[in-house]
Amino acid sequence: MTPEKLKKLEEIASRIRIKTIKMLAGTTGHVGGSMSIAEMLAVLYFHEMKVDPSNPRFAGRDRFVLSKGHGCPALYSALSELGYIPEETLWTLHKMDSPLQGHPDMRMCPGIEMSTGALGQGISTAVGMALGAGMRKSGVRVYSIVGCAECHEGQVWEAAMCAAKYGLHNLVVFVDFNKFALSETTQHVMPIDPLPQKWASFGWHTMEVDGHDIGKIAAALDEARNIKGKPTAIIAHTIKAHKVSCWVGKWQCHSVTLTADQVRRTLAEMGCGSQEIDDTVVRMEQR
Amino acid sequence: MPEYMSPREAWGKTLVELGQENPDVVVLDADINPATRTCYFLEKFPERFIQVGVAEQNMMGVAAGMATMGFIPFATTFACFASRRACDQVTISIAYPRLNVKIMGGYPGLFAGKNGATHQSLEDIAIFRSIANMVVIQPADAAETKQVVRFAAEYDGPVYLRIGRDPVPPVVPDDYRFRLGKAYRVRDGKDVTLIACGASLEDAVEAALMLEKKGIDARVINCSSIKPIDEEAIAAAAAETAGIVTVESHNIHGGLGSAVAEVVCEESPARLKRIGVRDVFGKSGTNEEMKKKFGLTAEDIAAQTVAFLGG
Repeated sequence: MTPEKLKKLEEIASRIRIKTIKMLAGTTGHVGGSMSIAEMLAVLYFHEMKVDPSNPRFAGRDRFVLSKGHGCPALYSALSELGYIPEETLWTLHKMDSPLQGHPDMRMCPGIEMSTGALGQGISTAVGMALGAGMRKSGVRVYSIVGCAECHEGQVWEAAMCAAKYGLHNLVVFVDFNKFALSETTQHVMPIDPLPQKWASFGWHTMEVDGHDIGKIAAALDEARNIKGKPTAIIAHTIKAHKVSCWVGKWQCHSVTLTADQVRRTLAEMGCGSQEIDDTVVRMEQR
Repeated sequence: MPEYMSPREAWGKTLVELGQENPDVVVLDADINPATRTCYFLEKFPERFIQVGVAEQNMMGVAAGMATMGFIPFATTFACFASRRACDQVTISIAYPRLNVKIMGGYPGLFAGKNGATHQSLEDIAIFRSIANMVVIQPADAAETKQVVRFAAEYDGPVYLRIGRDPVPPVVPDDYRFRLGKAYRVRDGKDVTLIACGASLEDAVEAALMLEKKGIDARVINCSSIKPIDEEAIAAAAAETAGIVTVESHNIHGGLGSAVAEVVCEESPARLKRIGVRDVFGKSGTNEEMKKKFGLTAEDIAAQTVAFLGG
């Protein structure tokens, strides 16, 4: 990856975070698990995946399923960066009849490939997409992000066995290993270590990366393209609520109502100007 | 003597015909293809047969994903597992996004081949009909099964098919055409109406013959389209006869009887009696033993109807 491309992707990840904070200002939402996936989304949508913003539904597009559906504010932001969602629509998150539901709805929101939110289910649908794409010999690749606490769901492992059985090398699953569940650390709620070994033992080509390192994410995806006869699991070590300093390190960051002060401080830390911050707070008070 | 035929045989063979006609038809199985007769499809189209193992929840999700890629997946298992085990996956991965998945529930009701309560499904109608976007159909005989399976493949959206295991006599005539939301009047009658679905039709029809001998003229309706239900036929029965008796091998809570009662109360208030499993779990046994145990024989239906009419 060229330094220019790397810089561009870092800027996109940063904008995904800024839009997510702006979107969540004035409502209660999943700050932590959105912030941990920004780099993965930037690399997927702006480097790895075959997508065509001028024709979002073209048949040969690669598919992405956010199995951890609650991270959707970050996904909506990425889709807005692609031009699928007008920026103004972002501020309708959670509003009645908004295309931006609390969890992604494929029938309401352009660019969403699967309705998710009930944990464990998205990965199965991604397996079905990859299987179908393979049967059609379409060349379509399928990507999914699963949460680390989502791996508590038995269905994740049913899906993992199935993908390995069918040798779905067109399927890549990221595990967003941010170490936090909703009510405590993931390890405290239900131990899942050793996570990479678990995926490997289920028949997946397994890698570990720093989930905030764009170059390493892209390199792992390159490696996945060369794997034949196996699906790929990328265990992405991430920080829940990354770059939201007031919430980092606290499991309570899963779903929060940001105060105006927290919004100001976070956007300032992310490099937003005072006018942009003021506009956000005004809009936040109107919502 | 009419020829008894098994709905699951008719279903399994029709699925093969569909496979021949449409390359998008795929079948998913959770390791029971000999029992659900999807083994015929497996034999003919192994490349379009997805064996997910004993993992019904994943099966529903895989089917949903395949539907987004333009396939017409038939996700097949026992009715008890399709409903109880995979309820959330059916609801969220299939029904909520209204994906074109067909779910086949085998061994519906009490008649689960002596497997007992774990494999009987006395809840599946209640579960499936309370899921938005879901269509629920239970064909009454082999001929109707063929039509219903073809209907499911043509219909764009999720469909739940309750497919009986054991041979039943013919209920619909040769020129019958299944229509979604339309019930079929098996027998005319003006005194009382028996409404049944699936394997209970045979007993309802026999009960009507017994009632005839007592001078009671019973109408019999095959309500194969459970959701949407034929409100017109039910309202007419409520208005034109002294009352309605429903018959099913499902819990009386939430099943066909409840569906009929909802229409009667809202559209045409009338007296109604629900014959079915009265909020208990099932047991192992032959179908005949089961019907006796749970009060579902033709004699039971006739006696209950006479009592209902105040006789």
